[in-house]
Formats: sequence, C-alpha cells, structure tokens
Amino acid sequence: MTVVRISDDALAVACGADAVAAAFAQAGCTVERVSSWGMHWLEPLVEIDGYGFGPLAPDDVPDVLAGSSAKAIGVIADHPFIAGQQRITFTRAGRTRPLSLEDYAANGGWLGLERARKIGALTTLAEVTASGLRGRGGAGFPAGIKWQTVANAPAVQKYIVCNADEGDSATFADRMVMEGDPFMLIEGMAIAALAVGSTRGYVYIRSEYPHAISRMKAAVTACAHVVAPFAVHVRTGAGAYVCGEETALLNSIEGKRGEVRAKPPLPALEGLFGKPTVVNNVLTLAAVPWILAHGAKAYADVGYGRSRGTMPIQLAGNVKYGGLYEIGFGVTLGDLVNRIGGGTASGRPIKAVQVGGPLGAYHPSSDFDLPFDYESFADAGGLIGHAGITIFDDCTDMSAQARFAMQFCAAESCGKCTPCRIGSTRGVELVDRIRHRIPRAPDGVEVLPQMHNARKQPRTVHEDITLLKDLCETMKLGSLCALGGFTPYPVLSALRHWPEDFGLDGTESNAAQEVDHGV
Amino acid sequence: MNRLDEIIAMHLADEGALLPILHDVQAEFGYISEEAIVAIALAMNLSRAEVYGVVSFYHDFRSTPDARPVIQLCRAEACQARGVEALLASLPVQNHVRLEAVYCLGLCSVGPNAMVNGTLHARLDGDKFHALVEASL
Ligand SMILES: Cc1cc2nc3c(=O)[nH]c(=O)nc-3n(C[C@H](O)[C@H](O)[C@H](O)COP(=O)(O)O)c2cc1C
Ligand code: SF4
Ligand code: FES
Repeated sequence: MTVVRISDDALAVACGADAVAAAFAQAGCTVERVSSWGMHWLEPLVEIDGYGFGPLAPDDVPDVLAGSSAKAIGVIADHPFIAGQQRITFTRAGRTRPLSLEDYAANGGWLGLERARKIGALTTLAEVTASGLRGRGGAGFPAGIKWQTVANAPAVQKYIVCNADEGDSATFADRMVMEGDPFMLIEGMAIAALAVGSTRGYVYIRSEYPHAISRMKAAVTACAHVVAPFAVHVRTGAGAYVCGEETALLNSIEGKRGEVRAKPPLPALEGLFGKPTVVNNVLTLAAVPWILAHGAKAYADVGYGRSRGTMPIQLAGNVKYGGLYEIGFGVTLGDLVNRIGGGTASGRPIKAVQVGGPLGAYHPSSDFDLPFDYESFADAGGLIGHAGITIFDDCTDMSAQARFAMQFCAAESCGKCTPCRIGSTRGVELVDRIRHRIPRAPDGVEVLPQMHNARKQPRTVHEDITLLKDLCETMKLGSLCALGGFTPYPVLSALRHWPEDFGLDGTESNAAQEVDHGV
Repeated sequence: MNRLDEIIAMHLADEGALLPILHDVQAEFGYISEEAIVAIALAMNLSRAEVYGVVSFYHDFRSTPDARPVIQLCRAEACQARGVEALLASLPVQNHVRLEAVYCLGLCSVGPNAMVNGTLHARLDGDKFHALVEASL
C-alpha cells in the first residue's frame, strides 16, 4: 500500500493539509502525519517514497497517484532549498512523526542525554561552553556561561525555563520545533537540568500557538519516564508580547503581571520563585542534544566569527520561497533574500527587509552584503534577533511602518518605565505629524500673552524630526528592556533610508540623515 | 461545588496557579467576572486588586462579557507585507463578530492569517476572508 507522508504542523493544517490527508486516505493510501520540511510555499506538501508534491489540494490526489501530477517537485531531499541547508536542529524535519518515541529514538534521539548522563554535569557544562552556543532568543548570550552560573548557585530547587513566547513577527522556528520535534526540546531541557542540578522545568508557550501547546503537553507525558526525575510543565501565555522578556516571563509563570524586573539580581541567581533559573529560548535548548551527541567541536566548526553553529532562519512576509532555512552563520542577507527566498511573492522589486522582528531595523538593498551574524548586524545598526526576516515590496510606505513600530511599543509596553510607556505614544503622534504635515500649534495656554517664554509659532517639520530623533535617543538610553530600547531601530532606519516616504525633500531629508548617528 | 470553585480547586496546589485558573475561567464563562475575581482572590489569599491587576494586564483576559464570535486576524509586520491591511479595509463594517488584532500566529510566510476558535486559516484573500466572517456568524 502506498504510504503518503503529510505534515500536521499548524502551518500545513492552516493551508489545508487535513483535507488532503483525508483525500489520500479515501483513495486507500496509508497516511502518516509527519513534521514539516519548512518549504512553506509548497504546503500542503506530500511525500511518497521520497518524492514530493505540492502545494496540493484534495482535487490533485488522483493525478498524484496516477503519476501525472504537474505539482511534482522531484526528490524532496535534493530540492535546492533543502540541499543547500546545514540542518542540525531541523535534522529530522519532514522525516519523523512528532509524537512517535520510536521515530525519535531511531533517528538519533536521546543520544545527547545518554552521553550527558555518562560524562556527568561538569563535562556536559564544558561541552556546551566549548560549542560556543549562544542564546537564540535575541541577545546571543553564551549558554554555557549562563548554565555555569546556575550550576554554581547553591539552592535546593533550581528551574529550567524554556522561553517559547516567540512573539516576533516573521518567526516560527520555535513553533516548528515544538510541533515537529518536541522530544528534542525536552531532551535539551533535561540535559540542562542535569548540568545545573535541577529537577523541574517549565515551557512557557504563547496562547497564539494552540497546536504547539497541545503537542508539547502530549510529548511531556509521553516521555516523562525517559527524562525522570526531571519533570516538565507546560504553561500558556496570555497575549502579552513583553512576556517574551525573560523576567516578565518569570513573573507571568508566577501568576503576576508580566512586568519586567530590574537586573540584578540575574535570573540565573534569583529567577523563578526567587530560585536560580536557566531561561533559554527553544532553539538554544533544542541545539543542545545534537551538541552532546556529536561533540562541541563539530558544532563550533560551523559558523562565522563569534557566532558558532547554525541558525534556523525564517523567511517571511512578501517572499516567493518562504519558510525555514537552517544554515551556518555568515550567509549574506542578499543571498537569503534573493537567491534562497527568490525575492518577493508579488514579483515587484524589494524595498525593505526587516531583520529581527518588530524591534529590528529595516534594511535597504545596500545592506545585502551583510553576513548574518550577531556582531555584523549590530555594527550596521541592526540586530538579528530571533532570525526572522520580513520582506517588503516597493508598495510599502515606510513611514507607516515607523508609525506601526511606535504603536506596537505603546500597545505592548509593560508600563514600568516612562520612555517606553509614554514615549511610544508620543512617538505615534510625532510620526503622524511628520507624515501629514500637521505641525504642533501652540495650545490655549501657550498663546496667552502672559506666557512670555512659550513659543507662539507652530513647530516646523525640521523640528519635529529633531524631536523624533531625541525621543528615540531617550527611549534607547532610558528604557529598562529592549522593547522600549530597540523600538528606535525600525523607526530611525525607516527615516534614514526612506526619507521620501515621510514626505521629506532635499533639505528636510538632510535633517533625517543626521539621524544616522542616532542609533 | 459550582464550576468556578471546581476550576480553582483543580489548580490551587500548583506553583503560580493564577494564570492557569484565569485561562480556565475565561474558557468556561467567556470572561472573568467580578464574582470570579472575588472567589479567586479569596482562595489564593490575594487582594482583589492583585487579581484584577493581572486580568487587566494580559490582552487575552476580558472582564466584560461579549458573546459575539471572535475572529483573530494577524496584523503584524509579515502579514502587513502580504496585504492584511488592504484585506481588512475591504470588509464592510461588521458588528456581529469581534474582529481582534493579534500580533503573529507563526504562519508568517503564508499570510494573511486568522484564527477562529483555535482553527487556523492561511493565505486569506478577500473572498476567503469574507466567507470566514460569514461562516462565523
Ligand atoms: C520585549 C522582549 C521580548 C522578548 N521575546 C522573546 C521571545 O519571544 N523568545 C525568546 O526566547 N526570547 C525573547 N526575548 C529575550 C529574552 O529576554 C531572553 O534574552 C532569552 O529568553 C534568553 O534565552 P537565550 O539566551 O537562549 O536567548 C525577549 C526580550 C525582550 C526585551
Ligand atoms: S522598556 Fe517598556 S516593556 Fe521594557 S521594562 Fe520599560 S516599560 Fe516595560
Ligand atoms: S506576522 Fe502574521 S502570522 Fe506572523
């Protein structure tokens, strides 16, 4: 009987995979639901004996089975989008049934945990440190150093917290790990627990991911006996972007408002319920089993500069070939966007590329030679964040994008500090004034004759731009966390590279150019 | 025991039980009532203000009832780049459904996307989106 493999990941299902699976079953095939290969433009993608067909609708089933389908893409593993990758974290993607312990064990699962148990906590810590693995949640902090701090902290109870809040637009790699290879994440957490001496872990998943939540809960139950005495609990977020920030996340698990905590104390010393806590992103923890199984050196041999290993990069937005592309650091932005992503889905020229989610800068094509690594992007006034890349075509109004960045910050601010809480709202107003050429006029009190020092003229656009620049500087320097601190990146990069979208002519855009040195 | 007390009792022994309780209360009753806040505060030895503070912080929790069906439409950057704002503008004013903005459903390469009762819909165009709104009425 023909075995047909179709992904049951949330994206495939949203694109109609269930109906396609039902049609194959109806036609007498054995249907296996597996993880997604990450070629999203081809979903629902179907695999029969290694050969792929997609994107399929139920009507396509007879042609596929008759061998006459126009949607055949050849051998999936040889597809340039797959063959060009260096899959470490996503090595099983497309190949295994997510909740099958058999499939997991038969494809390299649990080898990392077994080795960690054999070599013990100290050597495990040394391996993770030597691999050069850095936090994939955005800040790029070395995982080994964080673990070492928790390991050294004396405490009866320590926690492993997996940050699965994945709030950035254009990111879905965490979701794909949880839905497609959940045991790998649990194995990574169990190794962390062993290394630092913890018995309790939490996975905090955003409520926008109901599929990932139920998958993780099922996986935790299914492998409880393998990772015992370590026990994992799944917690659901409640729609607050800021709860991706690690201390806000800890507050949220504790049942409090998701407000950011001031550091120190570091969560590594006083984290969840005041106990030493490892907080790591899904991708950070998911990379650990491979590192333990294959050795630190094999991982560190891949990469660029101080960014070692691979990054699961997510191509999103107006992109022709969108999906997940895991590759060693160092690939250029232009390669990712044009060669791999195939440019825009609309077929129009690319105008801007936002890297790193809502707090990341907008890059023009002149940045396309930037190598994808933490330091290169930081030097270029940007960040790679969680490696989400959003492509925009030439119909985009960049002043609207700048406004959105401020608006998003206003909506999601935790309210702890003023530059972020108030500044973002003032930022929306300012961008509006610049876009619509409605300078701020003196108010009723300011025009009174006795207000000698109040100015009587409306502000000019020049002054509004200077003010926006000042505001961004204040947010950057005066915010407690990166929500307020990095919102200036998208705002100022839009203003810097596309002043014409703010209606600025030659002289005005010179004022915008000065902004260059702002962030 | 009434349903509210049952939900509270189910989680009370857990670490950080408040969010799980609020999620379940909202799922059961559609919102978190004054009565629920009082009961939760009492059971958890918290002040009502503390519980209300948590309810009001999170976008997911509502403190007023709204029986309309909900469509969560992603309006984050990657879906903007794929035309979600134009899609929204094409919809005639709709008061029978609650159209809620969410910031990313994790399907950012196949937007515009929406979620209705936990079911995801991708690659929305005008027709599919209008049909979705009609179907949820
Ligand atoms: C506003 C804000 C949102 C964040 N969202 C996330 C997130 O969704 N997922 C994540 O892993 N880290 C997020 N972070 C970063 C975390 O604070 C933290 O650095 C990370 O979880 C540490 O894990 P890592 O070292 O493995 O990256 C966010 C930070 C900020 C300031
Ligand atoms: S910058 Fe914003 S989100 Fe971060 S702590 Fe301050 S108010 Fe909260
Ligand atoms: S931006 Fe819409 S699903 Fe991610």
